[in-house]
Amino acid sequence: MPAPSLPSTFTRTRRAPGLGDSVLRPDAPAKTKGQFAFSSDLWMEGMVWGATLRSPHPYARIRSLDTAPALAISGVHAVITNDDLWGSRTYGLEHHDQPVFADQVVRFHGEPVAAVAADHPEIARRAAAAIGVDYEVLAPVVDPEVAMAGEPIHPAGNLFRHLKIRFGDPDAQGEVVVEGDYEVGMQDQAFLGPESGLAVPSEDGGVELYVATQWLHVDRDQIAACLNLPREKVRLSLAGTGGAFGGREDLSMQIHACLLALVTRKPVKMVYSREESFFGHVHRHPARLWYRHHATREGKLVNVECRMVFDGGAYTSSSTAVISNASAFAPGPYFTPNAKVDGFAVRTNNPPCGAMRGFGAVQTSFAAEAQMDRLAAELGIDPVELRLRNAIKTHDKLITGQVITGTAPVAECIIACRDLPMPEPLAADAPVMALPGGAGLTALHGDVRRGVGLAVGFKNLAFSEGFDDYSTARVRLELGPGGEPVATVHTATAEVGQGFVTIAQQIARAELGAHEVVVQAADTQVGSAGSTSASRQTMMSGGAVQMACSAVREVLLERAALDLHLAPADMVLEEGELVTKDGGASVSLVDALRAGPIEATREFHHAPTEPLDENGQGNAHWSLACAAHRAVVDVDPELGLVRVVQVATAQDIGRALNPLAVTGQIEGGIAQGVGLAVMEEIMVDQGRIRNPSFTDYLLPTALDMPPVVQTWIEQPERAAPYGAKGVGEPPTISSTGAVVAAIRQATGLPLTRIPVRPDDIALARRV
Amino acid sequence: MSPPPATDQATDSYRLSVNGKDREVTDAWIGESLLYVLRERLGLPGAKNACEQGECGSCSVMLDGVLIASCCVMAADAVGSDVRTVEGLSPEGELTDVQRAFVEQGAVQCGFCIPGMIVAIHDLLDRRPEADELTLREAISGNLCRCTGYGRIFAAFHAVKEERARAST
Repeated sequence: MPAPSLPSTFTRTRRAPGLGDSVLRPDAPAKTKGQFAFSSDLWMEGMVWGATLRSPHPYARIRSLDTAPALAISGVHAVITNDDLWGSRTYGLEHHDQPVFADQVVRFHGEPVAAVAADHPEIARRAAAAIGVDYEVLAPVVDPEVAMAGEPIHPAGNLFRHLKIRFGDPDAQGEVVVEGDYEVGMQDQAFLGPESGLAVPSEDGGVELYVATQWLHVDRDQIAACLNLPREKVRLSLAGTGGAFGGREDLSMQIHACLLALVTRKPVKMVYSREESFFGHVHRHPARLWYRHHATREGKLVNVECRMVFDGGAYTSSSTAVISNASAFAPGPYFTPNAKVDGFAVRTNNPPCGAMRGFGAVQTSFAAEAQMDRLAAELGIDPVELRLRNAIKTHDKLITGQVITGTAPVAECIIACRDLPMPEPLAADAPVMALPGGAGLTALHGDVRRGVGLAVGFKNLAFSEGFDDYSTARVRLELGPGGEPVATVHTATAEVGQGFVTIAQQIARAELGAHEVVVQAADTQVGSAGSTSASRQTMMSGGAVQMACSAVREVLLERAALDLHLAPADMVLEEGELVTKDGGASVSLVDALRAGPIEATREFHHAPTEPLDENGQGNAHWSLACAAHRAVVDVDPELGLVRVVQVATAQDIGRALNPLAVTGQIEGGIAQGVGLAVMEEIMVDQGRIRNPSFTDYLLPTALDMPPVVQTWIEQPERAAPYGAKGVGEPPTISSTGAVVAAIRQATGLPLTRIPVRPDDIALARRV
Repeated sequence: MSPPPATDQATDSYRLSVNGKDREVTDAWIGESLLYVLRERLGLPGAKNACEQGECGSCSVMLDGVLIASCCVMAADAVGSDVRTVEGLSPEGELTDVQRAFVEQGAVQCGFCIPGMIVAIHDLLDRRPEADELTLREAISGNLCRCTGYGRIFAAFHAVKEERARAST
């Protein structure tokens, strides 16, 4: 196997076997052959197809609803609306405020009104379209500032959360003050595998659901309530999941498919089209942010003031947690002795927003990093130097008053990133495809200006604010058919592409010395693994697998000690042998397993955290991770076209358990950050999504994506299993800010809004 | 949308040639795309549906030797043509060199775009064995990947080229 291209600074430390190796994904061969079953690939004899009718209006009252025309179509098996529900009529991650089907009122463009089951997907779509709905159209509330002060558009009111943080002296003044307003557009997760799954009615009156999701158990609990079934009669299995990035944390087709399956007593398959997908999941919150930074003339932060308003759209989703992260990390990874932050998450008639990679830290990082550059300019200090003077570190306090006890190598990330190799200057004979505008063949070499920018991001890992965050793993060790030891790892951990499949294998190999490790399909027949989000599964489910393996190993040692008439404490497991500590005697794994299989189930809970008090103070977070990004861009200022030439990054990862997977997570995360910087935005006009397609919502292509140069800061995190930190989100947090900083340097424009559109550059210059 | 035609007028039976085999399609609605028929009627789910408008490349297949988006071709229009899907790349079940390189270079994360990407890269290397990275980038710019940022996919491409160069010397 050719050596994978890895950061040159990666060094292997003394380690247990399996951990720290670039282990290849066991699911990759099937994926390359098209034989891996994604949730949209499922098929069952006798299955019918579900389709959803969605509101064409962002805000309207339903005067009447006529399902008869749909039921009259040949091949239609069922139509269900709010009137047909028999369980809970609402669901939600934090507050159950989202209707399964619109109940007399629709609050966003695309809200589900009815669902249909039919023999063929086209019949199902036509039947949904045939349902008669008489709407009384209302004026949508689309400005969150207006919504905060206006009439409630939902019985629960329009304010999801106001998080107030007062730290130190919130009115402290600095000798130098910079102020700015910033805006972040709505980004889409745009996972490639659309929302889909297969619901199968079971003989006990329950239902089995095969679905692409991020958290099987939280899905199950919401579904069971809406079906009025006990949880054990709702069995979920993870189907092949085509990416997630936060967009599968909320339910989409799950309840609708299960309802249809129970009504028709047939297996029901639902697959969203791309257009429907844009309406069917929550997005990244658009945000408006105002900042005022105070500093000494020497460039030490004195106070950070911030007021931010996040548009949460029609329903809560995870808005309350997103605004918490955004507020807590408002200054970015810098120490400030004083802070005054007001974060508002607000209900409007815009599309619902919730989790997306970076979860609140993305919006504030963009604005805070722009502020740091402004401050540097005002002070006449190099922007990198200013960041180093204020870099937060272990034992410093966050603005929530929490003292950082884990690793926080912010300065190390900044320095390492700054020192990564720069790309070659734009060659005079560079192919036109390599110029801004690429295939458009519009830019001229002489017009292109290069810029360089740096930004630093920072975020909590796993769940915060007092949530009892845990994951469960069941590990079984036994002799396989050929007499060899086989370990089976069973978790409910959603593998969405991130690579937990290798982490689980690596840990079991390292802990048990069994070369053959089977990672069982994730389902709800084992305890919750928590969500595949917040960069948490390597730490949380990894920790659970480690604990379960340790428990299995204890039994192995007991068996071996019994054989040798010794105490278990006298024995260790080394390379598949149970040996005495003096090396004098040993029992093979195979012999120890002859007495039968060993199985253990364990939960890993991270250290408890606390809720925030009325001043936003409290030990709310467990572990933190940071990354620095440096971007180089070429800009054609006349046409407003940008080409990102290179992104360099140094990331705080604790320890790489699978270097190849870390490399891929970082490259992929940066692609999403680059997208938000220069192209990705859901255009919402008076509550309506204008670009629900991949023709009009632009994603970075292979031509847009620059080379990524990466290095890692490996300072093991003591609280985390094996010292490894989650790596998924930091690549996305500040890569956006770095790209925009580089465009600012190339153009001299303030560029306070993302994504930066060609008009923002080209038209600004003509003024 | 116009009302659906009566069922008896809207279906047809026809024969497609897929991966060198004749496949019967019976009583199918003639509005079905080639992608739908491959996936739902012929048991070939390797081509994926991620955009339904020829933007993402997940449904890439070869039609008479030309790389196409199978979501944008009516299945009934493919009668008489030679259709090759990702499932037909390695009939014996072995991985092709491109597939193996994707596995070994870490180019696969969620994997949803990967079958289409594999078909597109095989097509590129068949047509232009000397293709460089910029040519590759252009060739697969119609194959969206949301997970990888393409870095490991480029690495896989280089690994294939190196392996083929070694094999030919």
